[in-house]
Amino acid sequence: MIELLVNLIVSVMAAATPLLLAATGELIVEKVAVLNLGVEGMMLMGAIAGFAVAHETGQLWLALLAAIAAGMTLSFLFAVLTLTLQANQTATGLALTIFGRGFSALVGAGYVGIAAPTLPKIHLPVLSDLPFFGATLFSYDPLIYLALILLAATAYFLTRTHAGLILRAVGDQHDAAHVLGYRVIRIRYLAVLFGGAMAGLAGAYMSLSYTPLWAQDMIAGRGWVALALVTFAAWRPFWLLIGAWLFGGIMYLSLYVQGLGVPVPSAMLSALPYVGTVVVLVLISRDHRRIRLHRPAMLGRPFQATN
Amino acid sequence: MLRLQPRQSPSAFWSWASPILALVLTAVIAGGIFAFMGRPPVLTVYTFLISPLFAPNGIASLAVKAAPLIMMGVGLSLAYRANVWNIGTEGQFTVGAIFAGWLALSLPDAPMWVIFPAEMAFGILGGVLYALIVAWLRTRFNANEILTSLMLAYIAQYLLIYLVTGPLRDPMGFGFPQTALFSDAADGPRLIENTNLHFGILAAPIVAAGAWLMLGHSVLGFQLRVLGQAPRAAKFAGFSENRLVWLAMAISGGLAGLAGMFEVTGTQGQLSTNISPGYGFTAIIVGFLGRLNPAGVVPAGLLLALTYLGGDAAQINLGLSNAITGIFQGILLFCLLGADVLISNRLLWRRRGVAGGRA
Repeated sequence: MIELLVNLIVSVMAAATPLLLAATGELIVEKVAVLNLGVEGMMLMGAIAGFAVAHETGQLWLALLAAIAAGMTLSFLFAVLTLTLQANQTATGLALTIFGRGFSALVGAGYVGIAAPTLPKIHLPVLSDLPFFGATLFSYDPLIYLALILLAATAYFLTRTHAGLILRAVGDQHDAAHVLGYRVIRIRYLAVLFGGAMAGLAGAYMSLSYTPLWAQDMIAGRGWVALALVTFAAWRPFWLLIGAWLFGGIMYLSLYVQGLGVPVPSAMLSALPYVGTVVVLVLISRDHRRIRLHRPAMLGRPFQATN
Repeated sequence: MLRLQPRQSPSAFWSWASPILALVLTAVIAGGIFAFMGRPPVLTVYTFLISPLFAPNGIASLAVKAAPLIMMGVGLSLAYRANVWNIGTEGQFTVGAIFAGWLALSLPDAPMWVIFPAEMAFGILGGVLYALIVAWLRTRFNANEILTSLMLAYIAQYLLIYLVTGPLRDPMGFGFPQTALFSDAADGPRLIENTNLHFGILAAPIVAAGAWLMLGHSVLGFQLRVLGQAPRAAKFAGFSENRLVWLAMAISGGLAGLAGMFEVTGTQGQLSTNISPGYGFTAIIVGFLGRLNPAGVVPAGLLLALTYLGGDAAQINLGLSNAITGIFQGILLFCLLGADVLISNRLLWRRRGVAGGRA
């Protein structure tokens, strides 16, 4: 029983981590009122960049840096188009996903079906040595811990620091922020780049730890689920964690039940996380007031300095 | 340094010149990427963009690929004009194909004049019903249609996999994930005998012409445009936003379902797990490249169809992965969105530190 429970916690944590990483990045992006729909594409680029570098060099930290750089490169493209050239954010985000899919498939064609070093588990003193479940429950790979640390840091940054206040001001009232002398476009650039870095990292987690392989389109919609997660959380970091565990739980459930061999077609169980996302979105969105209360007021609106 | 200066009014010239500029830029960037990969850039771009047109049956293949893209691009143009962001046409395409395919398999002996119109009706019905889930979730529960339509596209794919590996699998098919072949009657009429030029190739331009008339010359078209450009004005004028959202989703979904029906009956003759090479997502680019105007969607659909043929040509002749289709499509959309800045802005070259200056 305890073993089952420990397994459940470990598996849900693992399934939740890529969602949490990508959603934390997108949370900051949306907090400055930019909507980047290219998370899926950036995750794919991060996944292949991380995997390829890990395979070629054997250096995992280099692989993680490459994944971050890949995600940031795509997000920089997004920033130039939407922030400097004022292109439509929805269309540009979709372009990012279409491009990321194609590019990762082309680069990844030579990496299908081969192995790369995977992220090692971190051994925590005392906790990992606990009897019975310590070895499984308290030894995750570094990105699982990093995801939690980054989420806590993001929450602290947004609510407890001056810079976080400025960031929120840019998202809620960009004209006022501009008049006060803050560089709206520059702050938005930085936030979008952070979102790209986090999506890249999320992709690397997929290809170096969760399913330590490269396969075409291996992100399988997780980037979109991460976007839904930000709405689910109503732009609040703590709820992001709850949401990630919830979605991670649904994903684990659909795999676990398939493994049990119950007489339900596996295709239907595979569709479960997507059905779950729709249901959760509906339940959350029906509360107009809550959404309006927490939603960055300028979300999706371009800013042009009038000077 | 380069800087942008807003124009007094949008430039009509750049609205149509921007796609051409984007195509040229895309060819240059793609050439650069090929050169970086150690491939001869000009030859590769030529193989990708030009050679498919001169291949045997090149024009016919182009028409077959363009038909679904044009049909879906037209529907998306109407929806996006109204600010209804249906990006799950892939799912509506799939459900339309499933409905039509199920009918074809259920009535293997029906004559063509019965089965073919019925398949068209079922294809449209499937697409409309699936799209209306999204409309209902948005108007009733305020759920973002971008995310719900996309999630439903994934769900439709799994529904298709379930059907072709389960209830609809061909019992004589050696366990392959596909249905039995449809009857010749169910495959529908051919424009030219013994080719794969199916009826949808004729239907696509007709749909585009009808939508062009509807958008520019009907009250509904006017309402859709007002809802997109000035939602507050639409509200004051008493247009029902919910009704327009339902209509926009129904039209774009119905056309996607129809495209799915033509694809599985006209070119594939059965249902399998791979009925679409991402037509639903490519149709989004078709819509934008065609300026969200049904008249522009036709050439845009032909161009994007060419990128599929180009991917195959590059794979066969040059040994490249056909994933370059996706890269090319992505770069094209990037370049287009970038070039579109010229519609509402002038590009000025100005030395740093010189304030003011002439406009």
